[in-house]
Amino acid sequence: MERTGPKVEFLWWEGCPSSDDALALLREEMTALGLDPRSVEVRELRTDGDAERHGFVGSPTIRIDGVDVQAPGDEPVGLTCRVYRLRDGRISAVPDREDVRETLIDAIEGGGD
Amino acid sequence: MAHPTATKVGEPAPPLQLPDTAGETRSLPMPGEAPATVVFWTCNHCPYALGWQDRLTHAARDYGPRGVRFLAVNSNDAERYPRDSLEAMRERVEAEEWPFPYLHDESQDAAMAWAAKVTPHLYVLDGDLRIRYEGAPDADHTDPSHGAAWLREALDAVLAGADPARPATEPVGCSIKWK
Repeated sequence: MERTGPKVEFLWWEGCPSSDDALALLREEMTALGLDPRSVEVRELRTDGDAERHGFVGSPTIRIDGVDVQAPGDEPVGLTCRVYRLRDGRISAVPDREDVRETLIDAIEGGGD
Repeated sequence: MAHPTATKVGEPAPPLQLPDTAGETRSLPMPGEAPATVVFWTCNHCPYALGWQDRLTHAARDYGPRGVRFLAVNSNDAERYPRDSLEAMRERVEAEEWPFPYLHDESQDAAMAWAAKVTPHLYVLDGDLRIRYEGAPDADHTDPSHGAAWLREALDAVLAGADPARPATEPVGCSIKWK
């Protein structure tokens, strides 16, 4: 079966203002790697039940073929803002660009298996 | 749920009387008692609040000797967000040696009265307890080099008896978790 690219999911909640920036970052990295940025599955979570159902530990969450761009550790599920650590240790409301790129590349390279 | 209405720069600050993490009731200073007061909403798990925390701590240590008081307030619903519980607040104050009290607004009445929207959301009051600045600490929660510049500008102006050049900015952060 032909593989068109990894499944890229973007989960967000309106209580955090970083969603637009994170989605733009994700789409930039997809474009740079030759993926269609329109293929992102963008899903807004509105209720605690939504968060529970999707194992959502904070907004924004990016999963590529089911792999979170930054392992969530023991973060509890809930409608909250995601705390990311950039590679230099700083706290950020959006993930490190390198983490997004690496996870995309891993999915692309693993896609031919 | 009723949403808070906006406060206005230049108006008297709403009252504030809340317990800190040691159970002691804290209030705004009396008029004339402190040359400036910083009241800011924060919490324990927001990337914006966490990213700016060190800058606010440094500002408190820098301006404390000049009589400026800082009061941090957490109004989040701890039932849905246990990391904002009073116990979690207490642990954080002790572990991080906060230089200002951390007040627990369990009823969320203070957040409503002050129209606090996000964490962090800062207010700078003058010696007469009028709001002279409202907004964010600076332009970027991820860049420590900004050093809470907007807050410091406002404090410097108030301490000099002048109007802050930038009396209001858009507070940026996580929405307060209402009940």
